[in-house]
Amino acid sequence: MSKKCQVLVVGAGPGGYVAAIRAGQLGLKTIIVEGEKAGGTCLIRGCIPSKALIHAANRFHALAEHAKSDGHMGITIPGPAELNMAATIGWKEDIVDKLNKGVEHLLKAAGVELIQGWAEFMDAKTVKVGKEVIEAEHVILANGSVPIELPFMKYSGNVISSREALNLEQVPEHLVVVGGGYIGLELGITFRLLGSEVTILEALDSVLPIFDKELRRPLEITLKKLKIKVETGVFAKGVEEVEGRTKVFYISKDAAEDAEPLELIADKVLVTVGRKPTSQGLEPTGVVLDERGFVKVDQKCQTNMSGVFAIGDVCDAGEMLAHVASHQGEMVAEIIAGHDRIYDPVAVPAIVFTEPEIVSVGLSPDQATEAGHPIIVGKFPIGANGRALTQNAEKLGGFVRVVAREDDHRILGIQAVGAHISELVGEWTLALEMGALLEDVAATIHAHPTMTEMTHEAVLATLGHAIHSV
Amino acid sequence: MGIYAFRLPDIGEGVVEGEVVEWMVTIGQEVKEDDAILSVMTDKATVEIPSPADGKVISRKGEPGDIIAVGQICIEFEVEGKGNATEAESPAAETKVESKDEIKEAPAVVPEPKEEAKTETIVPVSNAVKGERKLASPAVRRRARESGIDLVGVAGSGPAGRITHSDLDSWKEAGSPVAAAGPNRSQKSGTIEIPVIGLRKRIAESMTASYTTIPHFSYFEEVDVTELESLRQHLNANRAAGMPKLTYLPFIMQALVKALKERPECNALYDDENMVVTRHEAIHLGIATQTERGLYVPVVKHVEAQDIWQTAEEMGRVTQATRDGKAGIEDLSGSTFTITSLGRMGGLGATPIINKPEVGILGVHNAKDSAVVIDGQIVIRRIMRLSSSWDHRVVDGFDGASCVQVLKGLLEHPATIFM
Repeated sequence: MSKKCQVLVVGAGPGGYVAAIRAGQLGLKTIIVEGEKAGGTCLIRGCIPSKALIHAANRFHALAEHAKSDGHMGITIPGPAELNMAATIGWKEDIVDKLNKGVEHLLKAAGVELIQGWAEFMDAKTVKVGKEVIEAEHVILANGSVPIELPFMKYSGNVISSREALNLEQVPEHLVVVGGGYIGLELGITFRLLGSEVTILEALDSVLPIFDKELRRPLEITLKKLKIKVETGVFAKGVEEVEGRTKVFYISKDAAEDAEPLELIADKVLVTVGRKPTSQGLEPTGVVLDERGFVKVDQKCQTNMSGVFAIGDVCDAGEMLAHVASHQGEMVAEIIAGHDRIYDPVAVPAIVFTEPEIVSVGLSPDQATEAGHPIIVGKFPIGANGRALTQNAEKLGGFVRVVAREDDHRILGIQAVGAHISELVGEWTLALEMGALLEDVAATIHAHPTMTEMTHEAVLATLGHAIHSV
Repeated sequence: MGIYAFRLPDIGEGVVEGEVVEWMVTIGQEVKEDDAILSVMTDKATVEIPSPADGKVISRKGEPGDIIAVGQICIEFEVEGKGNATEAESPAAETKVESKDEIKEAPAVVPEPKEEAKTETIVPVSNAVKGERKLASPAVRRRARESGIDLVGVAGSGPAGRITHSDLDSWKEAGSPVAAAGPNRSQKSGTIEIPVIGLRKRIAESMTASYTTIPHFSYFEEVDVTELESLRQHLNANRAAGMPKLTYLPFIMQALVKALKERPECNALYDDENMVVTRHEAIHLGIATQTERGLYVPVVKHVEAQDIWQTAEEMGRVTQATRDGKAGIEDLSGSTFTITSLGRMGGLGATPIINKPEVGILGVHNAKDSAVVIDGQIVIRRIMRLSSSWDHRVVDGFDGASCVQVLKGLLEHPATIFM
C-alpha cells in the first residue's frame, strides 16, 4: 500500500519546512521527508550554529579585555577566561535542538506529516522512503546544497568543511582556511577569537570580492588587527598528512610554471570554496538541471515537469540564502493551493557575519551606475551614533551608505559595515520593496537612542543635510 | 445590576432610519463607553455609533441589511446600577425590526462575496516578465497579479512614478483589457455572487425611485472651450502658492451660478407628494464622486458666494473627504443641482439620472481638439460636450435647453462668467 498526499516536500530546511507549513495551513494534505534533522543546513549546520559560535567567540575575546589590571569599562576579572570548547559546542547543540524541536512542532501543528529518511525518486511524483512509497499530486524539491569538495583536497581527517568546523571540540592551533568568501571569513575570525592562529588562502585579489573596496576596508583592518594572515592570489594545490598535522601546498598565481609550491603546516584545513546543489538522484523525476547542477525553474519555481517545483539552494532562481528559500517555499505552497504568485523581489538582503558585519541590499554605487542610474550617495559613520558608542560598536569602524537616484530620489540600495549592523537591514529592504524615496525615510521618526538613527542620518546625508555629521 | 436600553440616536438632520452595516460587538461582550458598537448607513453616510455606557451586551436588534428607525431600541446592556429600562421595554418586549424579508435567522456577519472559481489552464508554459519592472509595493504587485493586470501598462501617480492601489483602481475603472492575450490564457467558469446591500442597495433604490417617477428628457450640446482653456492655463501658470490647480469643473460651477440665476426653475427641488416646487437662491452643487465604496454626491455649498479659487478648493475638499470615507452628513446633503463629470472617460453623450428631488443634472465630458467649420474654414478648436437631463414634469424642454445655452454662452466667452 502506498501513501497518497497532495503535496510532498523533499527536504526540511528553511525552504522545505516553510513550504510544508504553509501548505498545511492552506488545507493541503502534506508530507515532508527529511534524511537528517528537520531544520536543514541553516538551523542544524549553518547560519544558526555559526552565529552561536561567533557570539561565544566574541564573548571569550571580550573577557580577555577584562582580565587586564585596568579592565575595560572598569570591569576587571581576576584571571584570563578559560574556554571549554566541548561545552561551547554543547551549548550550541542545545540551541540547535531547541530550534529543531520547534520546527517539528510547527509542522505537526500545521497538520504536516514528517517522515524521517532519504527520499528515493521512482518517478517525478512517486518517492520511496525506506519501504514506504509515497505518491504525490505535487512535489516540492527542497534538497538544498552541500559544501563543494576540492578533488585534490577531499574532506577527511584534518580537511574539513564548515559542517565539521562547527563541531570541533578542540580549538585547532593553526587553522588554514581555503577560500576567503563569507563562510571562510566568518569561521576564520571565529576561530581566531577562540585562540587559533588563522591563515586564509584566497585565489582572487581580495577576500569577499563581491563587495566593493569601501565596504571591505573596515573588515580588512580587523583581519590585520587580529593578526589573521590573508594570502590573496594563491591557489591551494593539495595536502599531505604529517604526524597528525597536515601540510597544505599552494602556489601564487604569478609563480612560474615549474616553481616549487609554497607550504603551510595546519592542524585543520577548512575548505570553503562554495556550495553546490544536492541534485544528484533526481534523474527519475525528469527535471532539467542547468550545467552547474541547479534545477531549472521559471518565475513560479516550477520545473519543466508539471506539478514539480524546486525551491531554495537546489533551484536556479534566487541566491543561495535561507531567506530566499523560505520566501520561495511559502510562495510555491500558495501556488499549489491555486493562488497566482511569482518570485519577484525587488531586493534580497545579504549579510556577512564577520566582525564587523557587512550588509548589502539593492544596488551598490558601482552597480547603480552600471545599470545607467544617475546617482547620489550619502554615508554616515558608526562612530557618530550614540547608541553604537554605548555598546562599543564603533571600535571596528563602519558606516551606513545610501545610494539613490539623483532625479527622483528613489532609494536604489543601502550597504553598511559595522558591529551589530545587520539588525538594521529590515527597514532598508522594506524601503526598497515599497519604492521609498529619500524623503520617505527622512520624514520617518527614528527612535533614539538606537542604531537605526544611522539609517536616517545616512539618508539625510544623501539629501545633503545630515544633522550629526559634517 | 440594571438594564440599559439604547435607542438609535438622531444621527443627522432629517435622518429617520438607518441600515445596519455591521455590529462591532457580540452578545455577552463587555464594552466600554465610547467603544464603537454599530455602524449604520443612512441616506447620506455611514455612521459609527459609540456605546453610551460601560456594560455587557445582552441583546442586539437587527442584522446587517435590516433597517432600524431612529428612536428604536437597538441594543441593551447589563450595567452597574439601575440602568434606564422600564419593564415594558425589557428585552424581547420591543424586538420589532423593519426588514425587507421576514426576520429569519439572519447571518451574524455581512455575507462575503461568494466565489466559486474553477480554472483550467490550457497553456501552462513559462512566465517571462514583459519588459521592464515598474515601481510598486509588494502588496500592489500581488494585487495586480491576482487581478491579471500587467503593471507595465499601468501609469503610476506616486512619487518617482510609483504605482499605487488607487492607480490600479483607476486602471480597472477605465475598463482596460484585463490580461488580454497573455501567455496564460485559460478558460474560466467561476461565478461570483455579490449581495446588494449597504450603499449599493441605497444607490439601487434611489436610482429606481428617480428613474421610475421622473420623466427624464436629455439635451446635448457642444461647447467651444478654446478660450476657456487658455484662460485656465494662464490662471494655473500664474496661480499663487498654495492655490489648487484649476480643472474645468470650477469654471463650469461658476458659470452655472449665472445660468441658474437666469433660469431659476432649474435650481429647484420638486416635492412630488405635495406637488410643490421650491426654487432656491442658494446654489449648492452636488458633485457625483466615484469612490471605492460606490457612488456618493458630496456638495459644494453656496457656490454663488465663492470665487473660482474657493470653489476649486472646496470641491477638492469635499470630494477628497468623500473618497477617504471621512465626509460627514453635512458634506453629503443639501444639493440643489448636480454635476456628474464624465471627463476622463470621454464619451459622445450620456443620459444622467436626476438626483431626486432635484430637477436637473449636468454631465460634463472631456474636452478635445476637434475640426470645426468657422466662416467656411476648417479650424481646430477645443470642444467639450455637455449632456443634461431634466425633470419634464416641472422643467419644459425650452427651459432646460435655455439653461444649457446660457451656460454654453458663458463658457465660450469666459470673461462673461466673471462679469
